[in-house]
Amino acid sequence: MSAQSASSAFQVQVSDNVATLLSEVPAGALLTIVGPAGKCELATREKIAMGHKIALTPIGAGQPITKFGIVIGVAMRSIEPGEWVHLHNCRSQLDERSGSFDVHTGAPRDNAYG
Amino acid sequence: MDNRSWTGYLRKDGRKGIRNHLLVVYTVECASFVAQEIAKGEPDVHVIGFPGCYDNDYAIRLMLALATHPNVGGVLCVGLGCEYTQPHRIAEAVRQSGRPAESFFIQENGGTLSSVALGKEHLASLRSRADHDAVKVPMTWADLVIGAECGGSDGTSGLAGNPVVGRAYDRLVERGGTAIFEETVEMIGLRDLMIARAASPEASRQLAATYDKALNYCKAVQQYSVAPGNFAGGLTTIEEKSMGAFAKGGSKPIEGVIRVSERPPHPGLWILDSVPDTHFMQFGYTNPNDTEGIMDLIAAGSQIVLFVTGRGSVIGSAVAPLIKITGNERTYRNMTEDMDFNAGRVLSGEVTMDEAAEELLDLIACVAEGRPSKPEKLGHREFFLMYKHQDVPSLEAGCHA
Repeated sequence: MSAQSASSAFQVQVSDNVATLLSEVPAGALLTIVGPAGKCELATREKIAMGHKIALTPIGAGQPITKFGIVIGVAMRSIEPGEWVHLHNCRSQLDERSGSFDVHTGAPRDNAYG
Repeated sequence: MDNRSWTGYLRKDGRKGIRNHLLVVYTVECASFVAQEIAKGEPDVHVIGFPGCYDNDYAIRLMLALATHPNVGGVLCVGLGCEYTQPHRIAEAVRQSGRPAESFFIQENGGTLSSVALGKEHLASLRSRADHDAVKVPMTWADLVIGAECGGSDGTSGLAGNPVVGRAYDRLVERGGTAIFEETVEMIGLRDLMIARAASPEASRQLAATYDKALNYCKAVQQYSVAPGNFAGGLTTIEEKSMGAFAKGGSKPIEGVIRVSERPPHPGLWILDSVPDTHFMQFGYTNPNDTEGIMDLIAAGSQIVLFVTGRGSVIGSAVAPLIKITGNERTYRNMTEDMDFNAGRVLSGEVTMDEAAEELLDLIACVAEGRPSKPEKLGHREFFLMYKHQDVPSLEAGCHA
């Protein structure tokens, strides 16, 4: 596995419908998707941080989100190519707390502090 | 590289270590200050212990596993005098392993100052005996047991940090060594993948049972092993984190499952199960923090533990050196003083996965030869142990037979 660091994202398996950003990219940036499927280009719809995921194909509400060739979660609403895929639109099939965390910090919002 | 050899310490029980540490073991929180003061300023003396006054079989097994670890040459046990856990019995078990050991109760000796003075006298004697007893012998890859843990994972951990460890594990196993990884609560969602890696029908049965126990545990405590830092780093679900974490295990067949304080019965790749078993007290959390898992891997006999951290961490470990690896270039730059290995170069295309794995193996061999890892050099020797219960079928069978 090797990839260029500037504005690229890595797709682990050919069947994956998301790729992982190797650096932070602003909205509207043209991104090179690299991986076993070869190279292709995709425009970002919003700012996405390094290590976070971008949708490669349209994903309907309730459809599986696939990375590493396995289902890592389910789309909570329809997702367009170029969108950031994270806590606001993808939830775990197992973890009941999934979907209750702050999308930017990951901090829990489901417990009271007084 | 395949035939690399270095000098280690042969113990009387036949095991080989890469360090000749002394341990101070406290048997209740009330003795911990004195234990720390005894060790203060003494080279190569690490402190472990158990805070509870009421004893716990799991904790005793773990302390014994560490006190007879191949990196340990001698042990001093310090108790207050009221607690259930008996320092004299720990010392006796250590002597049975062929290592020098001493023990005392603070209440039978005096107060803080006189106990610290007595402890330091014991350490001086233990050091000279441990140096005298240490037989220097050649070691090879086949003598190594290496543990792997991840903590503070982010989107790079599953792409670079953990896969580099997995590739190095493949090479270690090919060279006759032993590789252990744990965190079965971070294999949630991967039942079929785990079982497909089993080396035997028995291993397959163990992996299935271990997975089911971990999933039931997560459901029961309503907590999956994924934290705010993981989310902020780009991981969205436990399934995604699991797949990244499982990459530490490389591609070799999994020989079976060991439990905390058990040692792998033969070389190869093993999974360590640290999830509590059912008990009337419902003892213990699994993976309450990274240090607990690292101690579990060391208790299994790991002479070195690899710790993969995408977001960064500033821990080390008692008893066995920790080698810190990150797949995140930014974390490496921010924390170079703590990070031993930059696996992020795989993502920037600077090195291939194979080249990174060979570099990591070279670093492991250098640390085994005596070069301190960065956490070791900084003086880190974190330790953590709390109440837990795990069934030990082999020991129970022994008692009833």
